Order: sequence, then structure tokens, then C-alpha cells
Amino acid sequence: MLHNFTTQFWPNTIDGLAIGAIYALIALGYTMVYGVMRLINFAHGEIFMIGTFASLAVMNLVGFQAPLGGLALVGVFVLCLAGSMAASGGAAVALEFIAYRPLRKHGSPRIAALIAAIGASLFLQELFAQIVVPKIFAPGHGRDFIGTPRLMNKETLFSIGNGVVRNDKLLVIIAAIVMMILLDFFVNKTKVGRGIRATSMDPQTATLMGVNINQIVMLTFLVGGVMAGAAGLFYVLVFEVTKYTIGFILGIKAFTAAVMGGIGNLRGALLGGFILGLIENWGASVTGSEWKDVIAFSVLVLILLFRPTGILGESLQQARA
Amino acid sequence: MRRNTIRFSGALAAAAALSLGLAACGGGGGGTSSGSGSVTLGFIGAQTGDNAQLGINIYNGAKLAVDQYNKTNPKTKVTLKPYDTAGDPAIAPNQVNKAIQDKVQGVIGLPFSGESQAVQPTLEKAEIPNISPSATDPTLGKKGFKYFHRLVANDDAQGAADTKMMTDVYKAKKVYVVDDNQQYSLGIANIVFNTLKSGGVSVQRDKIDPKASDYSSTVNKIKAFNPDAIFYGGYYAEGGKLLKQMRDAGVTAKFQSDDGANDPNIIKTAGKKQAEGVTLSCACQSVATSTEPKVKKFIDDYKAAFGVGQGTYSAEGFDSANAFLDAIKAGNTTSQKINDYLKTINVAGISKQIQFTPQGEVKANTIYQFQVLKGKLEFLGPTDKVTLGKPM
Repeated sequence: MLHNFTTQFWPNTIDGLAIGAIYALIALGYTMVYGVMRLINFAHGEIFMIGTFASLAVMNLVGFQAPLGGLALVGVFVLCLAGSMAASGGAAVALEFIAYRPLRKHGSPRIAALIAAIGASLFLQELFAQIVVPKIFAPGHGRDFIGTPRLMNKETLFSIGNGVVRNDKLLVIIAAIVMMILLDFFVNKTKVGRGIRATSMDPQTATLMGVNINQIVMLTFLVGGVMAGAAGLFYVLVFEVTKYTIGFILGIKAFTAAVMGGIGNLRGALLGGFILGLIENWGASVTGSEWKDVIAFSVLVLILLFRPTGILGESLQQARA
Repeated sequence: MRRNTIRFSGALAAAAALSLGLAACGGGGGGTSSGSGSVTLGFIGAQTGDNAQLGINIYNGAKLAVDQYNKTNPKTKVTLKPYDTAGDPAIAPNQVNKAIQDKVQGVIGLPFSGESQAVQPTLEKAEIPNISPSATDPTLGKKGFKYFHRLVANDDAQGAADTKMMTDVYKAKKVYVVDDNQQYSLGIANIVFNTLKSGGVSVQRDKIDPKASDYSSTVNKIKAFNPDAIFYGGYYAEGGKLLKQMRDAGVTAKFQSDDGANDPNIIKTAGKKQAEGVTLSCACQSVATSTEPKVKKFIDDYKAAFGVGQGTYSAEGFDSANAFLDAIKAGNTTSQKINDYLKTINVAGISKQIQFTPQGEVKANTIYQFQVLKGKLEFLGPTDKVTLGKPM
């Protein structure tokens, strides 16, 4: 058993970081929205799902054959990224506008928004299963896994120990870290970012100081959606498959990552994502892969027992710098 | 129940001794008469969902049989009603109850083992005979069900054949067994794993989560074990994903799977290059290459009716429906009498001889092998006469 852990340590570390990076990008959306609104946006997994389908739509539109290389690859990749970010970001903003804003206007209790989130999640899933997927992507296969074309050749770049680092997985890991740094800069160093932090700390005082709360909330949803859209493209890049429920389990995992790192805390989301990915894969090598989730959630409980607010602590404003 | 058993054996004797015509006269005991002139059969199985293709193949095959029968202007018209279970054991009981309320006299299905396990006792209690064209869990035939039949060899036979592929055809010394932890998958993977182990082959196993898509930890285990061959117990959706991730990670071991994965969709999910050379077993024969006129007619009719070629278990679906139609033609219009008739049926079907053991198992239980060659699913023949094709 332990022997398996050591012999498979490096491959599992690399694969764990890759899936962890995707968890982290989705977790950012949960964490941002929670930080500002104290709302767990359960429909966020579906925002990610929309991102995967948007990148597939762009791929179909461009209509390329076989894996690409060089400039063509970069071009298509950027197009897909733009498409998925725009679709997911747009969907997140629309979601806020349609499902949450009217509730906030009437000063409904937070539980109402939570139920609205679950409703929105189911609505989006069925919308794709019944209408969008059969109409646009795969007639008659709305509830099946939809394969996506191979964007880039999967090549081994280098090895760490016996672990092979593949180009697509490395790209995902690096991209997640870069986007995290950009987002961190945005929240902590720009004027709008200050508005986000102010709203998170105390919405009433922030309003008095001239912060437009509605704008800030919309922006938060937009940023979270954009990150989920990027995650959608990366998911399609690595696993080459999507489905109308793809965001459900991944959303729960990402939410777990956000809680693990400290919900409301940006850096916590990244850390939580990576840790969750690693624990899952390491744990699976010790026991069977069917115990993956049991191990991951047991560790979550353990962490929360000793650090109830997650590894890096809660809320946006406490995230140092 | 006791009264039913007596009546049942009486009718059986009558049917056996006096054959078709007279059995209809014994109708005094039948309780569930549906009124003369029409009989409703139900297809209960997946029409949507991850692995719906098998269900669709079966339903189309059955529908073809019923339509052809009705076109002959028979005394008793037959309607075929579909009930969609999405292949889900949690949804199936509801659909079965609907079918019982609709007073179906016979059920074609259920296609999958998990859902069959969930509803077989209900069908038994309602005394509705069913013929599953594809549920292969061996335990279904060992529970003393009186109304259960299947037109497919069970997993004991298939597991033995797949083990034979590993040891005799691939001559593997190290085998890795993966399954997706569902009823059917687990059953067949257990058989292969245990038979290989007791046969002295070095073997390890792991399970994947059908709801997840990242199988990297399983792939890493396979890589560390470095097997000669891999057996996957499960359906094509997950099998395809696993195959893709394995091949992309550089695993070149031979890959064998079962009839749940025996569908061209596995090539679509895994990718042409990744699926090349993979072998898949099936208790079904490839009817596509048959030269028998009856079979050829079935293939042409199917294509004409649905616009696509027949697929895995279409022929079994056709045969299942025909078994019921045969019973109805012989004047049996109640579920009880149809069931009695099925005990004695012995006619040639498209896929195999339609004849059941007292447990409801089909008598002909040869397992056949298929291989993916140049991106297409090709028929290799019975397991003990397999010659592998040359992959690209």
C-alpha cells in the first residue's frame, strides 16, 4: 500500500496539481461571491459547464482538423479562451441579474438566494440537456458525454522522478497560477478592487463612501464567471469531454476546495484546489480510486476541525495584501 | 401464489402435450385477460442517458418485429409501449409500475443488470413475463424467478471467455482489471479477476467513478504495474474515457472489455487512434456479416425503418419481441399463458435459437469477440476461434 504511494508519487502529484488547478479556478468564483455577498452560488458549477460548451462551440466554428501546432494553435486557443470566458462571464452576470438581484432588492433572507441558486443550477442543467446540446452540439444525445476535438498534441515535456509532465497539464497548472496572480493584483491594487474589498467588509459603510454595490456585485459575478470559463476550456483541453452535468460534481469539489482554503479568500481557493487535487490522487494510490472522495472529504473535516475557517482563514479583506 | 403454481404447471403440461391450439382453451384459469383483439407489450429500458444506445438498439429491433407482425393483419393486434428508465436502477421501478398499471402482458427488457435487479421481484409479483435481450448478471438466473427470461449468455460465460482472451489469445502474464463499480461491471470484473488469480496470473485491480472524468490515479496505477493486458468491466462511456486517458499517458497494454462497452461509441469517446486494436466481447453475434437470407432481410428492414444500421443487441431485441409474438400467434393473450408458452418455445431467431432453460437462461451461450480495426468495430468470431486483426 505505502509502496504504491511512493512508486506512484510523482505521476499522482502532477495529475493532482492539474485537476487541482481546475478546482482552483472554479473555486475562485465561489469564494469571490461568498466574500462579497455571503452567498454560496450553487449554480457556479453550471457556469463552468457553459464554459466547456462555449469552447466546444468556438472549436466547431473555427472548424479545424487534427491537432494544431505553432501560431494556429495559439490563435485558436486564444479564440476559445475568449469565447468561453465571455460565455461564462455573461451567464454569471445574467444569473445575478435574473435570479439574485430581485431577491436582494426586496431584502429577502439569505436562504431565499440559496434556494434560488439551487433552482438556477437545475434550470441550467436541464436547459442544456433538453435544448442547447441537442440543438447545437449533438442531436439526440443531450444527456450523453460529448467528445470534443483534440486541440493540441499531447507531448511529454520532461519528467520529474517517474512522473511525466505533459504539455497540456503543465499549461493548465501555470495558467491557473498566472490568473490567480492577476486576480489578486486586481482585487488588492486597483480602485475597483478596493471597492470589492470594501463591500466585502461592510456593505453599508461602503455605500456611504460612494461604492455602487450593484456594480460591485455584478463585477464579482463577472470575474468569477470568467475564471470558470477559463477552467471550462482547460477541462476540455485535458479531458476532451463534456456533458450537461459536468459542472455538478466539479462544482462540489471546487466548493470544497474553497472551504478548505478558507472561503472568501482568493489565495485560499488556489491553495485549497491544489491540496484537494493532491489529496485525492495520493489517497487513491494508497487505497482504491473508488475511495477518492471519501479521503478528500475526510481531510476536509479534519482541516475544519482544527481550522474552522479554512487553512488561510475567511473573507476577502483578511487575505493579506 | 400456490394456486398460481398449480395452474401454471397444469397449463405447462397442456401446452407441452397438446401444442398450440388447445392451450388457448385452458383459459378459464387465466386471471389477467386483457380483452380480446389486442395485447400490449412494454419495452422498459434506457432511451436516454449515458449508455442509452444499447436501449435504443433493442427498442428499435423490438419495434421492427411488432410492426412487421401487425402488418400481417393478425387476429390479435400488438402494441409496443416504451418506458424510459435512463438505465438507472432508481428510475426503473417507477417505469415498471407504470407498465403494470398499463396492463402490459409482456416486457422486453430490462437491458441492464442493475435496473433488472431492482425491478425483477416487482415483475415477478405482477406475474408479467419478461425477456431481457442483454442483462447478463448471473445472479438473475439463480433467484428462482418464474417470469424472467433472457436471450443472452450470462456473465459467467462471458467472464470465462474474456479470461480466455487474456490467457490464450494475449498470453498475458500480468493483467490489470478495472471496473466502474456498477452492478454489471463489478460482476464481470470479479469473475475475470478471480479466474485469472486462481489461474496463477499476476493481477491487480482498481475502480473508477462513472460520474467523474479524471481517471489519472487509475492510469498511474496501471502504469506502475505495467501489465501485458487490461480488462475493463463496464459500459462504453466510461470505457472510452479511460481508454483515451490511458493511451495518452503512454499505456500500450492490450485492452479487452465486455458487451457493455461493445458499441462504436467507444471509438468516438476514446478517439480513433486510442481505440485501435481494442477487443470487445459480446454474447451477441455480429449479424452484419451473415449471409443467411432471414438475417439479411432483418438488417435491410432495420436500416429501411430507422435510417441507421442495426447495432449491438438490435437482433436480440427483435428476437425477444418475436418470442412474445410467437406466443400471441399461438393464441396466448394473457401474461400467464404467454409465460407458460415461453417455457416451451423452441424456434430459430435472428441472433440465436430461442429456447430457455427452466431458470430462464438462453440455451445457446457462445461468446463472440469483436475488435476495433481502422476505427471500425469488426467481428472476429467465437472466442475459441479468434484470430486477431492487425491494428493500424
